[in-house]
Amino acid sequence: MKLIKSIIKPFKLEDVKEALSEIGIEGMTVLEAKGFGRQKGHTEIYRGSEYTIDFLPKVVIEVAVPDDIADKVIETIVKAAKTEKIGDGKIFVLPIEQAIRIRTGEQGEIAL
Amino acid sequence: MISRLLLVYLCFALAPFVFGQDAGTSNIGSGDATIATADAFAENEPSLDSGNTAWMITATALVLFMTLPGLALFYGGLVQSKNVLSVLMHCFAIACLASIIWFAVGYSLALTPGGIGEEARSWIGGKGAFFLQHLSIDSLNGDHPETVWIMFQMTFAIITPGLIVGAFVERMKFSSILLFSGLWLIVVYCPVCYWVWGGGWLAERGVIDFAGGIVVHATAGASALTLAAMLGRRHGFPRSLKPPHSPGMVMTGAAMLWVGWFGFNAGSAAAADTSAGMAMLVTHLSAATASLVWMLVEWRKTGKPGLVGIVTGTIAGLATITPASGSVGPIGAIIIGASAGIVCYYACGFVKEKLGVDDSLDVAAVHGVGGILGTLLVSYLGWKGELGGLGINHELWNDQLIVQAQGCLAAVALSVVATYLIVKVVGAITSGIRVSDDDETKGLDQAEHGENGYSLS
Repeated sequence: MKLIKSIIKPFKLEDVKEALSEIGIEGMTVLEAKGFGRQKGHTEIYRGSEYTIDFLPKVVIEVAVPDDIADKVIETIVKAAKTEKIGDGKIFVLPIEQAIRIRTGEQGEIAL
Repeated sequence: MISRLLLVYLCFALAPFVFGQDAGTSNIGSGDATIATADAFAENEPSLDSGNTAWMITATALVLFMTLPGLALFYGGLVQSKNVLSVLMHCFAIACLASIIWFAVGYSLALTPGGIGEEARSWIGGKGAFFLQHLSIDSLNGDHPETVWIMFQMTFAIITPGLIVGAFVERMKFSSILLFSGLWLIVVYCPVCYWVWGGGWLAERGVIDFAGGIVVHATAGASALTLAAMLGRRHGFPRSLKPPHSPGMVMTGAAMLWVGWFGFNAGSAAAADTSAGMAMLVTHLSAATASLVWMLVEWRKTGKPGLVGIVTGTIAGLATITPASGSVGPIGAIIIGASAGIVCYYACGFVKEKLGVDDSLDVAAVHGVGGILGTLLVSYLGWKGELGGLGINHELWNDQLIVQAQGCLAAVALSVVATYLIVKVVGAITSGIRVSDDDETKGLDQAEHGENGYSLS
């Protein structure tokens, strides 16, 4: 099992969600986040004074999937979230040690 | 230090003699108040005009709406989200406090004939109306009830200390704010209001301040700058501050101020007449022009026209037309609006970058500079010349300009000196006027008021 953690531009959330639903992904967790990568922050100007914004708003989508479809999921997210401009985000893939469905106590891939 | 202060105060007290007495007076602005006594009633038999009364009641509500919630939202959106409630609270509490002070001593000291010794007749109002003891339901001010006049003027006394909130947001103790605002109203606002609108020395010289360029905006602006300099900068000023947390809230507040300003300026005609109509028109034109000009300047300077910028331009245009709204025509209003948009924009940068004073929400640059600019410009633009002015109090516009400048100088001088002294007194009482570093970091909503602006769960 893999946890696929994608940090994307907030306005791409709907596109990514749609694309994942189309390939049969039935659940996900979405977190509002702030951060920066190589593109750094930006400046905003109010009444002539400059304000430096270090942390930009991002959305983190977490999807837990069986190993065999992980690549397909990653490919789908990359396709849906890409704008080809700096700041598109990153995807991290982590191994999942165990998954448990709280209601039934089921464990392993069946709990995903 | 004390002796130096006394010297400054003395210089100020002698100002009218230094300025000279040559400035003649032809008539007095329309804002002067008289207490309708039983005698006056018998002599002139003034009677109540229900049309004027209806307009003054409406205008009063509009001006209160400027502070609550207009100014509160305008300022609230400009601060960080952890301080939004504290700013709303400041405006609200000051409105309540100023109302009670106005009832107790303010109205009497600001707008009733001087009675504390003959020498003080030009300087401060009388004490006959303390706690409104003189008032009966039948008292009239001209052709509308005195009760309405007291209320109308009260809303001005509410918004003026409210404007100063912009100087001290995000770092001043709430207890110090209440004390400061109360004392400031009595020591600065009431005398200046009396000088200009109560029949004091500036009124005698024929100063023009239709709705408060000197009385409201110059005093608030100069006091804001003084207080901000004494209070110190916010942490992170000027390079690592957080930007305004809700520009949408700023726009909402500014729009309410714009609407309320019709009561402020057109209401200052004290009648539902042609003067009120023209005041409304020129107020609107100035606001619209200043908004566009500010937007264009910002667009050119920073590459993008911003919402906070355009609505700040609106407020600059409104503050600047305020003293002139009874004397200029539409062309004058456009010129005043354009001047406000440019001058106030650069004044913001001047105060924060050049002076390095964290007048956080630009009270001095927008209100102080705007109010003074309009007070000076009215001399020429109000003159019956080719620019469609409606008339000024002196025959020549340059004579008028001298009186206008005297008014601004005197109001600024009193504001600076008195604010300095009040802050010293308040600081001694509340052991400093600034919150602790911890509280500033935590945000005043939690630290001072125990509440949260936004609970997102």
